[in-house]
Amino acid sequence: MSQHPEAPASPPAQAPAPRPGRFGPFGGRYVPEALVPALEQLDEARLKAAVDPEFAAELARLHRSYTGRPSILTEVPRFAAHCGGARVFLKREDLNHTGSHKINNVLAQALLTQRMGKRRVIAETGAGQHGVATATAAALMGLECTVYMGKVDTERQALNVARMKMLGAQVVAVEHGSATLKDAINEALRDWVTNVDTTHYLIGTVTGPHPFPEMVRDFHKIIGEEARSQILVEAGRLPDAVIACVGGGSNAMGIFHAFVPDAGVRLIGIEAGGEGLESGRHAARFASASPGVLHGAMSYLMQDEDGQTVESHSISAGLDYPSVGPEHSWLRDSGRAEYRYAVDGQVMEAFQLLCRTEGIIPALESAHALAGAMEIGREVGPDALLLVNLSGRGDKDMHTAATYFGLLDGETS
Amino acid sequence: MTATTSRGVGEVLARCRAEGRAALIGYLPVGYPSVEGSIEAMIALVEGGCDIVEVGVPYSDPLMDGPVIQAAAAAALACGSRVDDVFRATAAVRAHGAPPLVMSYWNLILRRGVDRFAADLAEHGGAGLITPDLIPEEAEDWLAASDTHGLDRCFLIAPSSTAERLAVVTSACRGFVYAASTMGVTGARTSVSGAAYDIVRRAREVTAQPICVGLGVSTREQAAELAGVADGVIVGSALVRVLAGDGELSQRLESLRELVAQLAAGVREGVREGER
Ligand SMILES: Cc1ncc(COP(=O)(O)O)c(C=O)c1O
Repeated sequence: MSQHPEAPASPPAQAPAPRPGRFGPFGGRYVPEALVPALEQLDEARLKAAVDPEFAAELARLHRSYTGRPSILTEVPRFAAHCGGARVFLKREDLNHTGSHKINNVLAQALLTQRMGKRRVIAETGAGQHGVATATAAALMGLECTVYMGKVDTERQALNVARMKMLGAQVVAVEHGSATLKDAINEALRDWVTNVDTTHYLIGTVTGPHPFPEMVRDFHKIIGEEARSQILVEAGRLPDAVIACVGGGSNAMGIFHAFVPDAGVRLIGIEAGGEGLESGRHAARFASASPGVLHGAMSYLMQDEDGQTVESHSISAGLDYPSVGPEHSWLRDSGRAEYRYAVDGQVMEAFQLLCRTEGIIPALESAHALAGAMEIGREVGPDALLLVNLSGRGDKDMHTAATYFGLLDGETS
Repeated sequence: MTATTSRGVGEVLARCRAEGRAALIGYLPVGYPSVEGSIEAMIALVEGGCDIVEVGVPYSDPLMDGPVIQAAAAAALACGSRVDDVFRATAAVRAHGAPPLVMSYWNLILRRGVDRFAADLAEHGGAGLITPDLIPEEAEDWLAASDTHGLDRCFLIAPSSTAERLAVVTSACRGFVYAASTMGVTGARTSVSGAAYDIVRRAREVTAQPICVGLGVSTREQAAELAGVADGVIVGSALVRVLAGDGELSQRLESLRELVAQLAAGVREGVREGER
């Protein structure tokens, strides 16, 4: 037994410093103490990078010559005929390298990883798009990469698993819990707390402990900044509504952010209604949930009476998450943004419609935003101007879609 | 701030110190293998020689836990264990003479209401809370509720904690400071990491509070090693693994008592730092 008479008397409990990273009551940093130094290091690195012209120039160069930015705006009149005749423009994040908006955040965080002197990145992924983007950036920058993915998702997004492996990443299928995105995040956090010295956890959406929600939003806000000036040129005015699907909420925060000060522009997030609210199999957090803490942040959370997480469900792996980025919770409670949900049937209809009317195959996640545009267009009428974030392309979803529509040999639906 | 409360673990830790040894703290989750079985097992811990029982609340997303405790928590939830059951466990442990500290992920406490949870805990013999995913900066409500209800609050420190963090965290603790012996999640390890000695030494520089070390301890030898530097040794996964073994529950409880007796001998064999 040790003796330590020389230790000073315990100081009085100090009033803790103001809580960092809050959006109203949401957000915060509910994490094991072991991770706090890494979060502080990250916060410092990203704040420094934010005012460093060299970082900005390097990221801009990558976006221009690698991502393919600016992404274009496409007007879709034949699809718009099914949206009450409103004018509809799509922001084409599906055309980015790797096929979704995810690359915007990933390249920026990978640069930060290098600046922090870490040599390994880990990531969680649902649809596989964030995993593919992370594996891509790791290949580009010579980082080691491990991606955690729920077992259920490795099956429904098998193509993306193969892509990640081709790119040199290790893919770990997580089998416990619901074997989807939330369980992949648990496992990634366990890895991080064990290897935090060498490893950066490259979170793929606007969730998690501070500074992730704010930082990831900032790395995606380029979507809205581009789209805002593009639509002013193309349509001569601001849109009546900006519509995006909301999983964790990164593509939505990315396109919303630049429009937040434009009070006349409605910001509308579309969640996954799954098989309908009554079925209990959905991810419509704002329609059903209450505030709670999961994965480091306070936000709306699908939970039972005791506070245990309730499993979400969506036909699209990328929206299958029981919580949502804390800034969305604040935009919603403060009244600045509205949230609705689209059920699987509506989503598949919108998915097929965009394929057939415009020759664009959207990601199932993005098809939720399209389903939202169909509904909202019909409500607001033909004079309306809608801007929809097409967050990703649908190659990864071909198996799900072909099965749904009975297109596979020997199958009928 | 009072260093101890009448409900808290301060008295037990002081008694252990007076005996010239470290305290033994045993963790088990409520509801595994059943609610009744888990309470029997916690009583077995006390009978076997645990000075303090860490009562775990099963949670759907236990991100600080390794495979053994994850599996037990999942099984506990699958067989219908509820947060309410925790208070039966704390009352039983207290009735058998040991102070129970509840270990819970934060959302379960938030959901019940921080003050209500604290009131219920105090009413059912609880000594306080160990909060693995709560840092003092986010704990305003809990700091207030624990003062109101006279409960201990054990925040965690880790090998990665800077001197500045150690000061912030230890000053918010009451009862003891929970030092994670390694970077990582719960789970038995074969040897005590050097980081364990380092974190205890660094924490002693900023606080006079008792420091108990956990994560990875499974044997009498490891308990003895850590007892040389720490005020208490915390054992979790190794106990859960015994409880998860084959055979009748009564046999497994017997094995549990045997392991606890070994560990209790270990904490009495602590070697002072200078003598190591
Ligand atoms: C194409 C696409 N859109 C949207 C999402 C949902 O994520 P978020 O809400 O963060 O944009 C994903 C996630 O995997 C995705 O792949």
